[in-house]
Amino acid sequence: MLKFIALRLLQGMLVLLGIYAVTFVLVAATPGSPFSSERAIAPEILAQIEAFYGYDKPLGERFITSLGNVLQGEFGPSAVYANRTVTQIIAESFPVSIKLGSISLLLALVLGVPAGILAAVKRNTWLDYLPMSVSMAGICLPTFVMGPLLALVFGLILKMLPVAGWYGPEYVVLPATTLGLYYAAYFARLTRGGMLEMLNQDWVRTARAKGVPEHTIIWKHCLKGGLIPAITFLGPALAGIISGSFVVETIFQIPGLGQWFVRAALNRDDFLVLGLTVLFAAMIVIMNLLVDIVQVALNPRLKYD
Amino acid sequence: MRAFARLFLVAILGLTVTSCGGGIPETEKAAQEGILLMGNGSEPKGLDPHLVTGVPESTIIRSLLEGLIASHPTNDLEPAPGMAESWESNEDFSVWTFHLRDAQWSNGDPVLASDFVYSWQRILSPELGAEYAPMLYLIENAEQFNRGEIEDFSQVGVKALDDKTLQVTLQGSTPHFLNVIKHTSYFPVNPRAVEENGGMLDRQSGWSTFENYVGNGAFQLKEWVTNQVIEVERSPTYWDAETVRLNGIRFYPIDNANTEETMFRNDRLHMTNTVNPDKIPFFQEEMPEEMSITPYLGVYFYRLNVTREPFTDVRVRRALALALDKQTIVERVTKGGQAPATGFVPAGIPGYEPSTAVQYDPDEARRLLAEAGYAGGEGFPRTEIMINTSEAHRKIAEAIQALWREELGIDVGIYNQEWKVYLDSQSNLDYDISRSAWIGDFVYPSTFTDMFTTGNGNNDTGWSNTRYDALVAQSWVAETEEERMELFHEAEDLLLEEMPIIPIYWYTRVKLMSPMVQEWHPKLLDAHPYKYVWLQPNGDAGE
Repeated sequence: MLKFIALRLLQGMLVLLGIYAVTFVLVAATPGSPFSSERAIAPEILAQIEAFYGYDKPLGERFITSLGNVLQGEFGPSAVYANRTVTQIIAESFPVSIKLGSISLLLALVLGVPAGILAAVKRNTWLDYLPMSVSMAGICLPTFVMGPLLALVFGLILKMLPVAGWYGPEYVVLPATTLGLYYAAYFARLTRGGMLEMLNQDWVRTARAKGVPEHTIIWKHCLKGGLIPAITFLGPALAGIISGSFVVETIFQIPGLGQWFVRAALNRDDFLVLGLTVLFAAMIVIMNLLVDIVQVALNPRLKYD
Repeated sequence: MRAFARLFLVAILGLTVTSCGGGIPETEKAAQEGILLMGNGSEPKGLDPHLVTGVPESTIIRSLLEGLIASHPTNDLEPAPGMAESWESNEDFSVWTFHLRDAQWSNGDPVLASDFVYSWQRILSPELGAEYAPMLYLIENAEQFNRGEIEDFSQVGVKALDDKTLQVTLQGSTPHFLNVIKHTSYFPVNPRAVEENGGMLDRQSGWSTFENYVGNGAFQLKEWVTNQVIEVERSPTYWDAETVRLNGIRFYPIDNANTEETMFRNDRLHMTNTVNPDKIPFFQEEMPEEMSITPYLGVYFYRLNVTREPFTDVRVRRALALALDKQTIVERVTKGGQAPATGFVPAGIPGYEPSTAVQYDPDEARRLLAEAGYAGGEGFPRTEIMINTSEAHRKIAEAIQALWREELGIDVGIYNQEWKVYLDSQSNLDYDISRSAWIGDFVYPSTFTDMFTTGNGNNDTGWSNTRYDALVAQSWVAETEEERMELFHEAEDLLLEEMPIIPIYWYTRVKLMSPMVQEWHPKLLDAHPYKYVWLQPNGDAGE
């Protein structure tokens, strides 16, 4: 197993290097620069600014310098936000995203997985139709509709919860619910599908014929396998949810990572774009590795190799 | 697992219930504490007055720093005393002397005339690469120093005659100099703080971070949480601390107008930064007391690329301009009380009557187009309006597209480009028609007329006219104010005759503002001296 992990980590490093190189070239090839502005800048002044951030050097040299910095853990200064380095920006906003993301994910699992199991077990009854219709609505209803809707009901009409900001625990409720419900819907449908596949297996019929109680069949025999699709989705979901949701963060004014993704691209804040891309890629690599490990543990048909 | 789910729900309910407690709206509580809560657009890119260029930044900087001349609470032209207690100029307004008061920096240093010399040397130093350095080109030899043509700053026209006397020698006669120096680029920085944190020429100097900030304004930094809030509190070292009525201001960086509006209605803001245009009629109807619409010194216009067919022909350019019923655009599309622009320089500058040269005249427009060889739009080449990606710009472009089709029978397309790409296309003249806007830096016509001279970096139309250049150049050396205004008028008339641009509307500032906010007066540049503002609690906000 250790060999498996080491190998996958090594692969992961190569993937990250590749992603870094491709992103670097793409960023450099994008029209517009972090320093273009609505008001004309004198060429002399622009040259000074570009020299300060190293833009006067050839592309290859810039790539090597920046790669060297990254290996030392520094992505460089933000080209737009004075006095802030990319590492600082990430260090400030990442914890916020982790907090929001993990609460949302917990909520998604707590609501989605039981709903999926219930729907599979009580197949073709109202206990199946109701949660599945709700989850279909949840998938279809984008967060930019759900968010303002929740804010309207709980913030403006009932005046129970704050509508925006990130101060006390009560500020987490609406954004976490908005984000959580969306993923809960996915988990519900995936769990239902996985459970149904298990419940239709021949050995389940055999077990039933032998008189094994239904709850033993469900909880002991089918649950493990039935959760595999949901767990496979957990990897990308976790990375996506933790790296922040631009929409949810914008609606609820949350100082997380998601806003920076968009802002960095719009500002052509090259170093920040690179830093965030690598961070996101690294998270996906790690999450997928974790998911693979868990999958092997759950699925006897898989082995570490 | 079910038990766990129940526990989670209970926890959520618990939080919900506890947060209901209190009952006093946030705005009311803040008003009682004397803290103004205002929406402020986006996260500031920095708080260094010499390096930032945006509005959200200068809104905050104006609370932390004060220049020689401060903003008057009600009058846009009237200079209010700031760091300078008194001032005088020579007869032709080319040499100004400022007498500084006994004021202090927040680190205890006295504010000296030499601080201004240091600060202006800093922004003009080519190594710093300050984008707004050209604002100081009025000063003798400032441009040459900024371009690296002279290296000795003592040749630049700014001298500290003694600790409290600053003498500024200008390139020419500039009676509106006091207006110009209200701009943040003229603000002083504390030399000791700058030197201790990387020095004068360091773009990433740490002096303007939360930990190191030193100011001389009515407020000082109290808290700065990225993407969340910047809070300032009254400064005990400010020279006029007695006048300051607020105890603090919280600036919230909120990009999204709808989020901002929700916060306002949830009683979390006294004032928004903007309002979604589609909702303006609703607010005017439902919350007239909270709706605030005031003139703003800016013009929304379209640039025409005069190096491309068919805009090489002045008749075509004029036809397009005269065919626009701008009243319809401001009433039906922008809806924020904007005025149809009949000239380029916006209305409101004292002493300068706005031009009425560009009227809605569809018959004349059709005649001009026919004369240019495109009668009824026949044979008019396919051209396109370039906008930067934004729903608001698209709606205006679509209205203009429809108006041109209706009045002139011509068909233009619309395409959008992402902001930075659009900026590049515009400055490379890679467009037919480009959506544009210009907000004045100070209250004077030159902030608008200067930009269309030949080779000016902000011209971006390819238009060049020697007579125009001459008129603008004369305005710099004109001897009397009357003569100068006359020259501005002549230049603007020429611009509107040649029409390399089509003025569309003059801006307004549209905000939602709680009736609790007092002494907040309309200002053409939206620069409000916060020290006079106060809050009347128990005003009914947001309902």
